[in-house]
Amino acid sequence: MQNEMIANVSALLADGKVDRVLGWKRGELGWDVSPAVFHTPRELQQEFVYDRYCGANLSKYLVAECRKGGRLAIFLKPCDRPAFELLVKEHRISREMCHVLEVPCSGSYSYDPEAEEDRLDIRCAACEHADAHPLHKQVEDIEAMTPAERFAFWQGELSRCIRCNACRNACPACTCESCVFDNPASGVAQKAATNSFEENLFHIIRAFHVAGRCVDCGECSRVCPQHIPLHLLNRKLIKELRNAYGEDASLTAFCETDPEPSDVIGGGNRA
Amino acid sequence: MRKLSLVSLPLLFAAIDERMPLYLPVRSDGRVEFTRWMGGQDIAFTGNTDRSAKDFFFPQSEELMRLRREGKRVEVLDTRREAEDFVLFGVRPCDVKSFDILDSVFLAGPVDSYYATRREHGVVVSLACHLPSSTCFCSAFGIDAADPAGDVAAWLAGDTLYLRANTEKGERWLAAYDTLTEPSDENAIADLQQIRDKVSALPLAKLNTAVFGGDKLATFFDLPDWESLSVACLGCGTCTFVCPTCQCYDIVDFYTGHGIQRLRCWDSCMYSDFTKMAHGNPRTTQRERFRQRFMHKLVYYPAEHEGVFGCVGCGRCLRKCPQALHIAKVMRTLGKED
Ligand code: SF4
Ligand code: SF4
Ligand code: SF4
Ligand code: SF4
Ligand code: SF4
Repeated sequence: MQNEMIANVSALLADGKVDRVLGWKRGELGWDVSPAVFHTPRELQQEFVYDRYCGANLSKYLVAECRKGGRLAIFLKPCDRPAFELLVKEHRISREMCHVLEVPCSGSYSYDPEAEEDRLDIRCAACEHADAHPLHKQVEDIEAMTPAERFAFWQGELSRCIRCNACRNACPACTCESCVFDNPASGVAQKAATNSFEENLFHIIRAFHVAGRCVDCGECSRVCPQHIPLHLLNRKLIKELRNAYGEDASLTAFCETDPEPSDVIGGGNRA
Repeated sequence: MRKLSLVSLPLLFAAIDERMPLYLPVRSDGRVEFTRWMGGQDIAFTGNTDRSAKDFFFPQSEELMRLRREGKRVEVLDTRREAEDFVLFGVRPCDVKSFDILDSVFLAGPVDSYYATRREHGVVVSLACHLPSSTCFCSAFGIDAADPAGDVAAWLAGDTLYLRANTEKGERWLAAYDTLTEPSDENAIADLQQIRDKVSALPLAKLNTAVFGGDKLATFFDLPDWESLSVACLGCGTCTFVCPTCQCYDIVDFYTGHGIQRLRCWDSCMYSDFTKMAHGNPRTTQRERFRQRFMHKLVYYPAEHEGVFGCVGCGRCLRKCPQALHIAKVMRTLGKED
């Protein structure tokens, strides 16, 4: 697999069809794989890797890479593809500059050096591409809780947040040039949280900011150093949106004849 | 040197916690964090904590003071509370060393009184690493995992815990539990060499530090490698938050409606709003911010501290960076001989 991938993109480089390749690069310990940009077949030969530790979704790097010009080859796993399409649709990247190579995936893992074992990434445990787990099972488990249990569940999870913003920075739907949470003048920057409720609010606000645009790639949960299952918030919203608007109607496909939410799901206070 | 049998350890912990809060590494839900002792916990004697112990002296967010306005008067309210004594038990050798690095910043004049108070009230009991992790490289930075610093050093050997006071404060503290421990011979711990052998056989133990140092600014600053090293960096700052030696902070004012609440919080050189001045952040690209982090550890800090490096090889940036960019990769890449 890996060798085939190297051969394919090496040929693209040699033919001048692309001038660089977005892929994954091997680390010092086997499991510490990083996304990387390759410029020559030699670099690919020496450093390119594709294995179970290549969980990182490369799509978002295209936002920066496309600005540099030229043509790029990029590898996309099945769950990375929607992120790519979203970025094209939102005009954050240019499809013309990208040569997409789809690669199969049988689940991505991270290594736990303490337990000395691999852990399947949480998103893969409910991957749409695997048949064992229905997409919304994890969400349904949470919905089945009482409100008090649910509150306690999220308080427990979110209380561990260190506000590193890795979730936001990895998210392909979060591509604002300057995030409102980074703007000290916005009044919500929250570099210092006065209380833990602010942390919770950050995640809820972020979930709503990406509602309808979240592509369910699960990067937010994968990158979280505190192992917070963030994408469950997003999956809940995806589920509600699908119920209300149907499978493919995302909030970015906006037109004037769209119904009001209250027309679709009832309730609301309409004049 | 004192010793006690492991079966009596809960008694010792209970006695300690009765006098002052005791925090130790507790495993729960697959994570290890310093947690208040309460008996019946799964105490982690091997590996290290997910977050470092710096939080106890330099918390992520703390209130510095409040200002209250009444009419034309502004009143400054000192919100500091008298700190209580506490014990950190089981701090690993790398993390103990990190306190020296934090001290060199916060206790050098002008002394940071918030930090200093907590340091004075904290007793640090370190624990030698008889089972280091594959991500540890303390030895590359000259730290002896078999003989840690701290007010009191501890060793686990067989079914015995050995305790040795390193400082006067540690001696006083340890003496308070003399009824629970027995005297022991200084050379009782069988095999310090065994620990040292294990540590030096770790995959990253041979990282070359000799090529770095305070006089290497010109050698590394403009290397093209920074581009490929940093291209995947998300600028999330996770590496700096989990790093036991990262010491940067920001001071933020919150308007409360009738006054100001002034907080201090961790900051990170990986952030776009770090050291923001009138013209913005002097480091305009993530490449420059990434370079700052590693140059600080390997060049700038040693330049100001007699060659001591700003990294203790705890391996947290290695474990926690979402994209697996870490100091060992940086050192291998920059230090390569081609
Ligand atoms: S990645 Fe995790 S710890 Fe970091 S801000 Fe997001 S939820 Fe919090
Ligand atoms: S919110 Fe999470 S799952 Fe959704 S697009 Fe962003 S990173 Fe992916
Ligand atoms: S090096 Fe890693 S942890 Fe640090 S800011 Fe970059 S992506 Fe985040
Ligand atoms: S730079 Fe990395 S290895 Fe070094 S002390 Fe900080 S977190 Fe630990
Ligand atoms: S400048 Fe960066 S690396 Fe240095 S202490 Fe501050 S946050 Fe850490």
